[in-house]
Amino acid sequence: MNPAATHRETRILDGDDLRRAVTRISHEIVERNQGAGALVVVGIQTGGVWIAELIAANITAIEPAREVALGTVDVSMYRDDLAIRPVVPAAPTDIPCDLTGATVVLVDNVLYTGRTVRAALEALNDHGRPRAVQLAVIVDRGHRELPIRPDYVGKNVPTHMADDVTVGPEGVVISTTMEVSAG
Amino acid sequence: MKHLLTTVGLDAAAIAGLLDVADHMSEINSRQVPKVPALRGRTVASVFFEDSTRTRLSFETAAKRLSADTMTFSVSTSSVNKGESLRDTIETLSAMGVDAFVVRHKSSGVPAAVTQWTDAAVINAGDGWHQHPTQALLDAFTITRSFGDGNSMSGRRVAIIGDIKHSRVARSNMDVFVKLGAEVTVVAPSTLLPPGGLPAGVLSAHGIDDVVGSCDVLYMLRMQRERMDSALVPELGEYSARFGLDAARAARLPAHALVMHPGPMNRGVEMLVDPSTLPGSRILAQVTNGVAVRMAVLFTILGGAATGLSQGDA
Amino acid sequence: MTVASKKRLVVKGGTVVNPGSVAAADVLIVDGVVTEVGPGLDGDEVLDAAGCHVSSGFVDLHTHLREPGREEAETIETGSRAAAIGGYTAVVAMPNTDPAQDSVMVVEFVREQGRRAGLVDVHPAGCITVGRAGAALAPYAALAGAGVRLFTDDGNGVQDPLLMRRALEYARDLGVTLAQHCEVARLTEGAVMHEGSCCSNMGVPGWPSVAEELMLHRDIELVRLTGAPMHFLHLSTAGSVELVRRAKADGLPVTAEVAPHHLALDHDLLAGWDPVFKVNPPLRTREDIAALKAGIADGTIDAVATDHAPHAAHTKELPLDQAPPGMLGLETALGVLVTAVNPDPRRLCELMSWNPARIAGISDTHGRPVAPGEPANIAVWNAAEVWTVSRDALASRSTNTPYHGMELRGRNIHTIHNGRTVVKNGKALA
Repeated sequence: MNPAATHRETRILDGDDLRRAVTRISHEIVERNQGAGALVVVGIQTGGVWIAELIAANITAIEPAREVALGTVDVSMYRDDLAIRPVVPAAPTDIPCDLTGATVVLVDNVLYTGRTVRAALEALNDHGRPRAVQLAVIVDRGHRELPIRPDYVGKNVPTHMADDVTVGPEGVVISTTMEVSAG
Repeated sequence: MKHLLTTVGLDAAAIAGLLDVADHMSEINSRQVPKVPALRGRTVASVFFEDSTRTRLSFETAAKRLSADTMTFSVSTSSVNKGESLRDTIETLSAMGVDAFVVRHKSSGVPAAVTQWTDAAVINAGDGWHQHPTQALLDAFTITRSFGDGNSMSGRRVAIIGDIKHSRVARSNMDVFVKLGAEVTVVAPSTLLPPGGLPAGVLSAHGIDDVVGSCDVLYMLRMQRERMDSALVPELGEYSARFGLDAARAARLPAHALVMHPGPMNRGVEMLVDPSTLPGSRILAQVTNGVAVRMAVLFTILGGAATGLSQGDA
Repeated sequence: MTVASKKRLVVKGGTVVNPGSVAAADVLIVDGVVTEVGPGLDGDEVLDAAGCHVSSGFVDLHTHLREPGREEAETIETGSRAAAIGGYTAVVAMPNTDPAQDSVMVVEFVREQGRRAGLVDVHPAGCITVGRAGAALAPYAALAGAGVRLFTDDGNGVQDPLLMRRALEYARDLGVTLAQHCEVARLTEGAVMHEGSCCSNMGVPGWPSVAEELMLHRDIELVRLTGAPMHFLHLSTAGSVELVRRAKADGLPVTAEVAPHHLALDHDLLAGWDPVFKVNPPLRTREDIAALKAGIADGTIDAVATDHAPHAAHTKELPLDQAPPGMLGLETALGVLVTAVNPDPRRLCELMSWNPARIAGISDTHGRPVAPGEPANIAVWNAAEVWTVSRDALASRSTNTPYHGMELRGRNIHTIHNGRTVVKNGKALA
């Protein structure tokens, strides 16, 4: 018996699929928030930032009159696992306005345990009391550890805990590393 | 990074990393509620064997803004006056559960010695003439952010004026500024220069007039009155005449030049002009940045992997 | 207490080191006296000396035994045991005790405690000035009458040049030797370590070489003026070696010692802030070490003396600037000398035994040839044995050795004091 590791990569969305998913999410956001006041799209550092930028641009294209602000949030000061996982903060938080009364769309690339989103919710609270916070993600890969669910999802993807999910402008890739028994 | 005892072990990349984290802290400090939960449940003990209210308050503010619990130990109210040894003090406080000690002592090397008596992290808040690493970091932060130079001081001319020999601030700043690429000149009479020579890359001059017209940063050190008693300078008047910053000299500073001082200032000795009248003064910005940089140091040391906990559950 | 017996003690299989010869021979000792040196000797007690040198026991010109006054750091008994393990059969006890050794009563107490321990001869040095305070001459004649041959204020240099001149003139009449701790105190106020690059980086006050050399120069000139002999303690700088070299070339009656640590350790070791490396005079530069070794090679340096300075552990846990200076030396001196300098056996005996015995004024009983009729104060040592120093395995009451964990080559194996085996296979028997 020779246990060997095999590595498999599966592309589940290509670049066009991904852009279409983001466009769909943008339409859903506009639809859901008709008549609501200021909309603030906030990307979670670092993986959610570029998606938030795309969504904000899409919303402006769909509804040019609509007031949309763009921000980023760094959650490293709010994580509940600092003692377990050392964190090197990326770019600082940049929230352009007081969030009190605003509708915030929080954007991340992958939703997994929910802990990052929990930290982000706490971080947002330090910038005011939003009227509502909605969550948009490109991939929901399951395995939640907290009662958090997304409002807008690009794709639901069942995964193993050991899988790696990468989201980029070229699409979404799942990397699986499995031990197999030879012979 | 387990401890911060001296700047000597930090390379340019490590310094840049700390300054980047300090940007986060500046953002937090600019909020209406400048507080984050990052170090909830951690305990930071400031152990000051030498009085320094401003440095102690800066560290304690930093710890509180990161939601750490703070403990204060100052010699005037402690059992050290009853003859308790340094080792016993540290072991006793450690037994109460301390994650980081912030140590100030009049003897060089004490923070390093403390590490052998505790598992907690040790941060040097100034030891003797040796080092004051957070001061150097906050000064580098102030300079680079004032000039918008990223994390580099490349090509910047920094003149440090005053008692270099007895200054932990000078020792730390020379090290950090040179590593970040600055051209550092110290200005002092030879009696106030280190007898074993200056660190590699540091130049020296013997009067403030040699540097005031051409520096990007004029960094004034505090001149201690007791130096006069040990025959290191003839009299403070003569010191002021050669090394003090007066209005005429301030007028010769380049328009963009920064004026800095670690505090507390000796007005009428090294500072003969009211710094609040100088457009380039960053003396209060240094104090503000001190909190952010100390938050960055505490977060980097205590936000990392704690001993005894396994990796896992992401 | 010397136990005389008719027992025949034989040191077998070693190489006997004498000024005139280094040759394989057994040594027979009866009644505290060497009775025969030659091949094929046998006796009631046999010490195996295979692979070892057999020489007169070592004499330490510079031992701090701390009793009376600081018995928590060392006692005359524990210090004697450390000395015997190091191969010493006599030590000169420095007078910076509390009370200081400036009266007949105190020197007799020290001598008597040494006799009671019975491991080495303990010869108290006297003070140059009363209480080592540098103000008034100690009663040299009374102390000389009590057997004191060497006078020093060690720990302090005698600052007042007039007082030093008078001391030399007065001592000359009595046939005793003054030994100076060369340090101009005004230049070393608060000093922690050698003044150089390392102290400047660390931000601690430095001890400049010139503070030693100025006093040494002054005293060499006072020797020239008075004609009195003088011994210079623990010289540590290249400049000092040169000053002594020239004084000797001028025919002046001066002698000089260096401490083993100044031959092996340099000031960069202080960078770790460990007070175990703090000593006075301080560890110097590599250039100074090279000059001291050259001084040993050309005979400028007469003796290696330990400056054994025990300190209780809690005092070495103080901050570097507050911790007392000094390090242990008796049990490691031979190993450090062999490891750092590796002198030939005869030169080693000159440095460790023959010259110090003469300087200490005890060459009637120590530093003698290993020959029939001579008092049996003998060290049996192995210059090739490699061993690792452990501060937890020392006989001294203190643990402040700078060599902990270090590998040394050269170790004393047996020590015979007044005909009695006091150390066998590196272990003290009492």
